[in-house]
Amino acid sequence: MPPLARWFVRSSLVYLGVSLGLWAVQGAAAVWALPAGMVALAPAALHLFFVGWATQMIMGVAFWMFPRERQRPFGSLPLAWATFGLLNLGLLMRLVGEPLHTLYPQGGWGWMLGASGVLQWLAGVGFVVNTWGRIRGR
Amino acid sequence: MPPLTRWAVRASLFYVLVGFTLGALLLAHKGVGVHPMVWRLLPLHREVLMLGWMAQMGIGVAYWVFPRIARRRGREAFAWLALLLLNGGVWLAGLAPALGLPGWVLVMGRGGEVGAVLAFAVHIAPRVRLPPPETLLPPSTG
Repeated sequence: MPPLARWFVRSSLVYLGVSLGLWAVQGAAAVWALPAGMVALAPAALHLFFVGWATQMIMGVAFWMFPRERQRPFGSLPLAWATFGLLNLGLLMRLVGEPLHTLYPQGGWGWMLGASGVLQWLAGVGFVVNTWGRIRGR
Repeated sequence: MPPLTRWAVRASLFYVLVGFTLGALLLAHKGVGVHPMVWRLLPLHREVLMLGWMAQMGIGVAYWVFPRIARRRGREAFAWLALLLLNGGVWLAGLAPALGLPGWVLVMGRGGEVGAVLAFAVHIAPRVRLPPPETLLPPSTG
């Protein structure tokens, strides 16, 4: 498994643990009074699961398993690393910005959500561009 | 990669682009306000990413890597049918709420998605087995 695939897979496992942990804590809201910030994390927790865990696991395994090119086995490595960095930076920005924006709507935190969306979108584009050429027969 | 896998993976990459674009728009709207109509794209965002991207990538890769039966992939027509139903279902179920289409369009879309799962199950079930012995690695001597 190439190093970047290991980073993708390990990060995805961390996100799986964190998202399930957040859901468990939010489930406790039925029993105990939780800080409002914990409840405001719900949409971010959902995306940590689907983007941080599932999508990132797919990206890592695709990077590892898809047919390799002779000249550049994994496509553009800088682009692949940028994909990894942008996706994770975007997710973490959402994890911080979304509860802040929910709790303090007039606090000027909304830009973090917009920036998070752009970073994740760039990661998606980077992944598609780098993977497209590796979809082929023998 | 066999042709079906190439189609499925390319389609799933197309869907991840569409889904991430919709997601970025939704997130930007939540943060800075784009247009109230943007929220209507949420169901399409969900369908496109969960089924068009993730499920379709899983189908394509499973079709490629699962053990074969006598060097063949078995009932291929069912796998093609699954792709057809899945893609039709994603668009019908995703666009129906976004465009305010009648409820039966959503039901048809969901029906297509369920049909896709059943068709792919019919295809893949015989391939869920141990690989042929000659393809297994010898036991480690270390």
